[in-house]
Amino acid sequence: MTYDVPVAPGETADLEERIDGAAGGWPMWEVFVRARRGISHVHIGSLHAPDARSALQNARDVYTRRGEGVSVWVVPSSEISAFEPEAAAEYVEANEKVYRLATTYDIPEEVGQM
Amino acid sequence: MTEQILSSTPQGMPAVDIAPRLRDVLSHADDNMVLAQRLGEWISTAPDLEIDIALGNIALDHLGVARALYTHAGEIEDRGRNEDDFAMRRTEREYLNLLLVEQPNDDFAHTIVRQFFFDAYQGLLWPDLIGSDDQTLAGIAAKARKEASYHYEFSSSWLVRLGDGTQESHARAQTAVDRLWRFTAELSAPYADHWPLSVQPILDEAGLVAPDDPYQRSGGRDGYHTEHLGFLLAEMQWMDRTYPGMAW
Amino acid sequence: MVPEEQFQEIVDAESKIEPTDWMPEGYRKTLIRQIAQHAHSEIIGMQPEGNWITRAPSLHRKAILMAKVQDEAGHGLYLYSAAETLGVRRDDLQELLHQGKHKYSSIFNYPTLSWADMGAIGWLVDGAAITNQVMLTRCSYGPYARAMVRICKEESFHQRQGYESLIKLCNGSPEQRAMAQDALDRWWWPSLMMFGPSDSDSTHSEQSMKWKIKRVSNDDLRQQFVDMTVPQADYLGLTIPDPDLRWNEERGHYDFGEIDWDEFWRVVKGNGPMSRDRIEHKTKAWEDGAWVREAATAYAAKRARSAA
Repeated sequence: MTYDVPVAPGETADLEERIDGAAGGWPMWEVFVRARRGISHVHIGSLHAPDARSALQNARDVYTRRGEGVSVWVVPSSEISAFEPEAAAEYVEANEKVYRLATTYDIPEEVGQM
Repeated sequence: MTEQILSSTPQGMPAVDIAPRLRDVLSHADDNMVLAQRLGEWISTAPDLEIDIALGNIALDHLGVARALYTHAGEIEDRGRNEDDFAMRRTEREYLNLLLVEQPNDDFAHTIVRQFFFDAYQGLLWPDLIGSDDQTLAGIAAKARKEASYHYEFSSSWLVRLGDGTQESHARAQTAVDRLWRFTAELSAPYADHWPLSVQPILDEAGLVAPDDPYQRSGGRDGYHTEHLGFLLAEMQWMDRTYPGMAW
Repeated sequence: MVPEEQFQEIVDAESKIEPTDWMPEGYRKTLIRQIAQHAHSEIIGMQPEGNWITRAPSLHRKAILMAKVQDEAGHGLYLYSAAETLGVRRDDLQELLHQGKHKYSSIFNYPTLSWADMGAIGWLVDGAAITNQVMLTRCSYGPYARAMVRICKEESFHQRQGYESLIKLCNGSPEQRAMAQDALDRWWWPSLMMFGPSDSDSTHSEQSMKWKIKRVSNDDLRQQFVDMTVPQADYLGLTIPDPDLRWNEERGHYDFGEIDWDEFWRVVKGNGPMSRDRIEHKTKAWEDGAWVREAATAYAAKRARSAA
């Protein structure tokens, strides 16, 4: 099965990425889970939520299916500072964020400085 | 609370004839079954992916409780009926669920208010049933209680987000409270003193007010329902009634 | 070494490219589109199956179907997260889907008209997904490969529940058997079309192979699927609606008939039976839910202000 759905004859491949004005979505959070006693928290993915409480609920629903005894941390993606290996050094000026570009860190103006 | 005007089982309409212990178990089973069916309608239609997943998970929880209780009802009745006999082959007049849970989803505010009122009730019901002499019922209640507290966390936090969000969300949430309040007397009857304690602080925090209207409806526990249940059961039971006696 | 060479060296060594590594812009854009379309497919796929949740014939089947569809939502979420590591936003990707600029797997543009369709989709569509997903766990892009590993783990019950449902139908009443045959008649060819056109007709297949975004050709995957599925149909006692289908001893594979490529391109262009419905349903859910999302954002902003 292909997810690379082909471009039909007569169409052009649209590799557009951003829609102007589609801002103000819920911020992204990174999810860390400790599956059971004795092991450490592991990064397992991300999700979108309006606030920490909702992010925790969502993380439990999506990433742990509410497994008992599981410890869940959620952190706003924008709060993570990163150090990346040399290979990436040429790519971005201040390469201290986990993901490319800053589009994942849009913070609604009303929230102010974080 | 102002004196209620109760609109319930009319004179002359017989209550459903059924042994009390069986009636109780079936009432709780039907509550969870009907609510699971309603929540299932949200799948692929929710405001965002995370909410879709959350509602689907809550639906699965309620369905799981319903199934466990139907199976237990079959044991109590001892006539060989299973979960599908109860869910798929009883008529509207035999269903004993609260009127609240059969109300349509309407918008997200209605769904959250319906869920919140019900979760507050379940938060009182399950601890009660954990103390039951019926070991099976106590076991079902213990598991359901954990799930119900999670549901309450979800519905109460969303009620506050909606009540104290935007003007539009506040208006929709208030409308939902106004429309669903009339089903809360039936719901909270066994816990009339305690149910308001679980509900009022959240309404306050959400900036929402209970309507100053004594009108209340009941009758669900006697099989006397609103007009919504018939349609819900028609959809839910269609396959089993069209292809009776088959294995799936 | 130039960045391109270093990049290709990592890929050739079967190692992983991670989000902040240098990568050709074409690699990044192709990945965004492919991962996003994979995510969109999971989300849109919730509709044809979700269609039968309220009408499942037993509580057992209702629970299984609800769980399967919720898994798919979760898979969509993992995949959107993987796409976002490439510097796009999920909301933008969804908007591209709503506007028809992004596509999703063609199979979901067909209607689910009977309960047996649930079995057929589980058997055929998840069967096709297996042939693809294992391949994608070896994709060169780290976040996508890792999302696929997680998805594959959760897929195990999806694969079996649909086929098991059909076994029940095929061992059941004449009406149930007829229902199963009717579902196969309607879903067989769309399932073959899921694998896309022959690679000789696909312009960027070769590049995707070099970048190890694609690991096996469309034709090879399709052949793999047919070879796996025909014996399964035989076991069910169902007839695959292809008069040209026969075992080829020389090739060691099944020969099968020509796909109706007119239909294929028609569906890809957005004119499949349910194409409009799927997008309209998705768009309506999004638009109807705007006030909810806005309320949550406003509430969070108020809390942040009062905490500051």
